[in-house]
Amino acid sequence: MTQLAEKPAAFAMALEKRPTGGARWLEDLRSRGAARFAALGIPTVRDEDWRFTNVSVLNSVEFAPAGPISGAAERLHGFAYTDAPVRLVIVNGRFDTTLSRTKGLPAGVVAGSLAAAITDHADVVQRYFGQLADFTSRSFVALNTAFVQDGAFVYVPDGVVLDTPIHIVFVSGADATTVMAHPRTLIVGGAGSQARIIESYIGTTGESYLNNAVSEVFVGENGSIDHYKVQQESVDAYHIASLHAHTSRSSRFSSHSFTLGGRIVRNDAVVILDGEGGDCTLNGLYLADRERLVDNHTTMDHAKAHCGSHEVYKGILGGTSRAVFNGKIIVRQDAQKTDAKQTNRALLLTDGATINTKPQLEIFADDVKCTHGAAIGQLDEEAIFYLRTRGMTYAEARDMLIHAFAGQVLEGVQIEPLRESLEAELFDQLARDLAEVDGAGQ
Amino acid sequence: MSMLEVRNLQVKAEDKDILKGIDLTVNPGEVHAIMGPNGSGKSTLARALSGHPEYVVTGGEVIYEGKDLLAMDPDERAREGVFMAFQYPVEIAGVNNSYFLKAALNAKRKHHGQPELDAMEFMQLVQEKAKLLEIDRSMLTRAVNEGFSGGEKKRNEIFQMALLEPKLAILDETDSGLDIDALKLVANGVNAMRSPERAFIVVTHYQRLLNYIVPDFVHVLSGGKIVKSGGKELAHELEAKGYGWIDAA
Repeated sequence: MTQLAEKPAAFAMALEKRPTGGARWLEDLRSRGAARFAALGIPTVRDEDWRFTNVSVLNSVEFAPAGPISGAAERLHGFAYTDAPVRLVIVNGRFDTTLSRTKGLPAGVVAGSLAAAITDHADVVQRYFGQLADFTSRSFVALNTAFVQDGAFVYVPDGVVLDTPIHIVFVSGADATTVMAHPRTLIVGGAGSQARIIESYIGTTGESYLNNAVSEVFVGENGSIDHYKVQQESVDAYHIASLHAHTSRSSRFSSHSFTLGGRIVRNDAVVILDGEGGDCTLNGLYLADRERLVDNHTTMDHAKAHCGSHEVYKGILGGTSRAVFNGKIIVRQDAQKTDAKQTNRALLLTDGATINTKPQLEIFADDVKCTHGAAIGQLDEEAIFYLRTRGMTYAEARDMLIHAFAGQVLEGVQIEPLRESLEAELFDQLARDLAEVDGAGQ
Repeated sequence: MSMLEVRNLQVKAEDKDILKGIDLTVNPGEVHAIMGPNGSGKSTLARALSGHPEYVVTGGEVIYEGKDLLAMDPDERAREGVFMAFQYPVEIAGVNNSYFLKAALNAKRKHHGQPELDAMEFMQLVQEKAKLLEIDRSMLTRAVNEGFSGGEKKRNEIFQMALLEPKLAILDETDSGLDIDALKLVANGVNAMRSPERAFIVVTHYQRLLNYIVPDFVHVLSGGKIVKSGGKELAHELEAKGYGWIDAA
């Protein structure tokens, strides 16, 4: 694939001022990231992976590196489950010690600042950092790598079962100028360990910024990690993020991604099932309204035999919003007895909303089960009529069907208070969108 | 005052004239059977009365309890006591049957200024009504009609009717696809609800159902019009002679 680099003029200045210093390997990694980004530039719609998502606007915005912002503590209010008992708060890319709380975690568990971990847990960080988030072909990973400085680090030693979920909250904001942050998350689970991690991305509407996040997750042998991502950025923000996960023998990984905010949103989720008997769930629910664009690209890479993967992505689109779903399943030659299932559904609430969806299967093994299905459409009018003949108004019937549609993904959230607050946030936003749809119809 | 007064009703569906002037008067306590060959417009009548958006009324009027039924939305008709048991009940993925039943019941109660039922009161009512139709627990916890057998779907329709206690119930080919045991269950459910205040319009292709739900009147629909009306003996005559006898008449 040719990537015609558009001169990243907007980023050239910023790149000159990127963070320096620290460990030699890190400094070297940043330089390589910067060089790669200079060559790749911001992707264009000529790039197959960005065909429907035009981010050229980023070239014309002058992003200043994000610094501290006012009222960080207040900014946590009004978002899903930000009052979690264990939380790591990262403000504009920098770990905030005063807002974070990690009391009561079992011995040996590390949860805190990535910058600190680079020094304090150099061996673990150096062993895993950057091993999954490949920047040779991914512009934004290259850009993030060039700016690596801080973020979150979670380490769960062998055999430790974490009962309390760890909530990593990324607070973004810009007081006056348009800023960018490149937060980084590294999660490492030891053999037989279990953890539930939530990543939330929050921002106050009206503020404009670019959040370019990269997360890497390693699940140890016979271990389990449930990963939740709740994205509630400012609707004037650009959110570009990639999640890279790696599973080992007999381990399981689940990812549940909820997209509620952001002006232009791109989520890449890449999972490598790299040990026999692994299992992966990749679920997503996104709300697109107004003129927002939400793009989800997923890659389920079956590298070893006897692994199962289950993927359900659902979108609810209103206004003149656009969505993109690209679900790639790779079954490598050694990955016999793979059982992969992918479902992608979108509900269009308005005539102006559009979605481009594409399943992509690359199968190199012969004894596999691989299914995929996509369904795009409006609400089932017969179902609405049926509910109305039982006394529910049109709006009640419609809401019941939309809630049921979203319910399947919400039910996958195994953290009760998170599910409850997420459900409330989601249905609040839906109610506002639907009020707009109703208003336009009158 | 009659409960339902259908006068010269004309209905179009998919740009085709289906009903070409139906007159029908239904009084409280009566059971009217609407019979007729395929394509005669039986189901169209049922759907038009329940307010299906694809069935366009092009002429005539329907007065229900002194009000213009055709001016009401489908949900308003339901809350005012009109119920239709679907020929093909719709599957509603992701909506739990008991949650759905509670929402339906409370929509009606709210409309009539009654307090909404709480979980306990609702379950008591459900248990009481479920027995008669042999509705088991799993049918309540599954999604509405999803994965239900044909018989379960029809039983679920009559079960809803029993819970919602309509004034006017329209059964659209509720007997189609039922074996004799399921048919008896459904008929028992209907008969248990017969009362001097409630009326039924039973749409059916076959006389068999009318052995169990005995009608007061039988109307034969053909070519979008009621061509013959009579008592319950008319159904037996039809059974013996077939619909050809009507068309020839």
